[in-house]
Amino acid sequence: MSERYSAWGLVRHAVTGNRHWPQAWRSPEPKAAYDVVIIGGGGHGLATAYYLARNHGITNVAVLEKGWIGGGNTGRNTTIVRSDYYYPESAAFFDHSLRLYEGLSRDLNFNIMLSQRGQLVVAHSRHELDFQRRLVTAMQLGGLDTRMVDRDEAYRLCPILNASADARYPIVGGMWQGRAGTVRHDAVVWGYARAADQLGVDIIQECAVTAVQRDPSSGVVTGVDTTRGPIRTEKIGVAVAGHSTVIADMAGFRLPLRSYALQAFVSEPLKPAIDIIASSNLLGVYVSQSDKGGLVIGGNADAYASYAQRGNVPSMETTLAALVELIPSFARVRLLRQWAGIVDYAHDSSPVLGISPAPGLFLNCGWGGGGFKAIPASGETMAHTIATGEPHPLTRSFSLDRFRDLALVDEAAAAGIAH
Amino acid sequence: MLLIHCPWCGPRDEDEFANGGEAHVDRPNLPETVSAQDWADYLFMHDNPKGLLAERWVHSFGCRRWFHALRDTASHRIAATYRIDETRPDIAS
Repeated sequence: MSERYSAWGLVRHAVTGNRHWPQAWRSPEPKAAYDVVIIGGGGHGLATAYYLARNHGITNVAVLEKGWIGGGNTGRNTTIVRSDYYYPESAAFFDHSLRLYEGLSRDLNFNIMLSQRGQLVVAHSRHELDFQRRLVTAMQLGGLDTRMVDRDEAYRLCPILNASADARYPIVGGMWQGRAGTVRHDAVVWGYARAADQLGVDIIQECAVTAVQRDPSSGVVTGVDTTRGPIRTEKIGVAVAGHSTVIADMAGFRLPLRSYALQAFVSEPLKPAIDIIASSNLLGVYVSQSDKGGLVIGGNADAYASYAQRGNVPSMETTLAALVELIPSFARVRLLRQWAGIVDYAHDSSPVLGISPAPGLFLNCGWGGGGFKAIPASGETMAHTIATGEPHPLTRSFSLDRFRDLALVDEAAAAGIAH
Repeated sequence: MLLIHCPWCGPRDEDEFANGGEAHVDRPNLPETVSAQDWADYLFMHDNPKGLLAERWVHSFGCRRWFHALRDTASHRIAATYRIDETRPDIAS
C-alpha cells in the first residue's frame, strides 16, 4: 500500500536518498469478473472509479486503459478549469466541478497545483459586449463569479494585449471569471489513480476492449472482451472521449457524436509574460503561461472528422494567427510542441451522460473540447448513475434522450465557442 | 495538409475546400409524417467510423461545386473522390 504524502514524508525520503518511495498504484492482472468495468483510464474513468469506491462502497472495479493512464485527452488538453457556461444546467454542473477541483488536492492527498489566475474573454465590438453582458447576467443569476470588465481593466489585467490604434480587431472590454485557472493535468490522473487504487480499484493498463458482450435475449451487458482476455461484468462505464462511437458500435447502438482533432501548442519557455488566461471567441484562440514558462495555446477543433492525433496545418495557422492578433508581442515566439486529441462533439456541444440503449452500459461522452474541467463532477455523477441506475440531478438534462425530444442544451450557440 | 482531387478541377490544396459532413444521408419524408425517433436519427445519429467515411466536400475557393470523398478518418488517406450524382465506390478500406 502506498503511504500518505506529507511534508514530513518529503524530509524522511530526502534523508534516505529518495530510494524508498512506494509505488503510487499497483498493476494487477485482470480478474475474471468485476462488479463494474470502466473503459478508459483518463481523468473521467479514474475519477468515476474513485467515487464509486469512496461514495458508494463499490470497490470491485476495474479501469481498463488501452495505453497508459492519462495518455489520451487528459494528457492533451490545455489544463484550464472554469465554469462560465450560459445555460443554468451547464453552469450548475461545471461550477460544481470547479468547486470539487478547489478541494481536490486535500481530498486526494495529491497536489494538483490548482492555480486560480482568472480568465479574461475579450470582446472586440459593441455587439460582442452586448452578447457577453447577456451571458454574464445569466451566469450571475446562477451565482457564478463572472463579471464584465471595461477596456481599461482588460488592459490592466493583461497589459500585453493588442492595444494598437489600428488593430483589425480592437479590444473594447470583456468578461472575467476570477476562479478560473489551470491545473496540473497529470496530477489529476495520478491523484485519482492512486486514491482509487488505495480503495481497491484495479487499474489495468495496456488492455484494449475489443468487444462488448450482451445477453442475446434481454440485451443486458454481460462483459467485455479485451486484449488481455474476457472480463465478466454487469455494469460498464464508458469514458473514452473521441472513441465513444467505436465502443457504441461494439455494443450495437449509435451515438449523436462526431470525432474531431483538437490541437494544442506549447511554446519555448519564456520569462513570466502573462499571469491570466486570455481568450478571444471571435479570433478563436486562448493562451496561458505554464509554471515552466511555456505559452499553452488552444483554439478551435479541426473542421472535419478525424481520429488522427496530430491535427491539420490550416487549423494551426488559424489559431496561431489569432494569437498574434490578440498579443502581437508573441509573434516571434517559437513553438516547442504541437499535438492533437480526439474529441467527440454532440450537435449542441453539451455532454451525453447516463444510461444508454444497452442496459448496464453507462455513457460519459460528448465533452468535446471541454472535458478536462468536468472531470471531478463527471466522475462523481457517473459513479452515482452506475451505483443507483438513476441519472444524477446535475446530469439529468444531458441524457441521450434529449436528441429524440429535441431538448438540446445548446451551448454551441449560447457561448459561440468550442468548449 | 490534404491534397484533394476535385472531380472537376483536379488535385488542389486542402485550403481551397470546406467539409460538409457525412454523405449519402437521405432526408426523410415530411417531418410531421415520421416519428420523433426517426427524425432525431436523421438529424443527429450519423456514422462516425474510425476508418473509411463517405463525406461531402465543396470546392469553395475553386469551382464551388460539391462532391463526395471516401476518406479514412484515422490516416486521412483519401481513397476516392466522386461526383455528387455517383454512387459510393466499392472500396473496402
